[in-house]
Amino acid sequence: MATLHTVNKSPFERNALDTCLRLAKQGSGILFLEDGVYGALKGTAASEKVAKAAGEHKVYVLGPDLAARGMQEDQILDGIQVVDYAGFVDLAAEHDRVNAWL
Amino acid sequence: MSITKRLMYVNRRAPYGTIYALESLEVVLIGAAFEQDVSLAFVDDGVYQLVKGQNTTGIGVKNFSPAYAALGDYDVKKIYIEKESLDQRGLSMDDLQHLTWEDENEDYAEKESMHLVSREELADLLEEQDVVFSF
Repeated sequence: MATLHTVNKSPFERNALDTCLRLAKQGSGILFLEDGVYGALKGTAASEKVAKAAGEHKVYVLGPDLAARGMQEDQILDGIQVVDYAGFVDLAAEHDRVNAWL
Repeated sequence: MSITKRLMYVNRRAPYGTIYALESLEVVLIGAAFEQDVSLAFVDDGVYQLVKGQNTTGIGVKNFSPAYAALGDYDVKKIYIEKESLDQRGLSMDDLQHLTWEDENEDYAEKESMHLVSREELADLLEEQDVVFSF
């Protein structure tokens, strides 16, 4: 039943995250990757809505993309799980479909 | 053996600034030949793709908007427009092309392809798909 949504754009540059959060059914998986990882950080203008989303969905962030951008795991919002590439594959396989918000 | 899948194309970009809209339309028309259960959703700036009266003579780019009217002939007859996206841009369904399809089982009666849907309805439709293509 559930959809894995992926967001690969910064929430400060594009509306991909906003539209994803607007249309994701409760209980979806949401994975931040590439520039989308900026949406997973504490203390930003997007943090409040992402923290709220983490209460309604399972939210993940791709670790290698965080590391590439100099971000540490302690900067990630509570309730967001860091996954590696194998974890990304597992998520894609566990969900019924993947909806990539480009 | 043929397996029919539910495919939804989600269009979120305005028509000429990037290639997304044209590429999406081309993929839809190619994919339609495989007799799948195809639907299109227009969300965010994607609603601008269907605005009537596009005239590209001044920008040297082909106006591909007339091609949307051919979707019905390819059996693509489920076009969903998110109401919130229209409202945000000051648009209504009257500003968009009126796309229809002909029902060969009813003496080619012209039927509605355009469906205005709420955020909640579109969220439900997305969950019903086998595959979602984003453009």
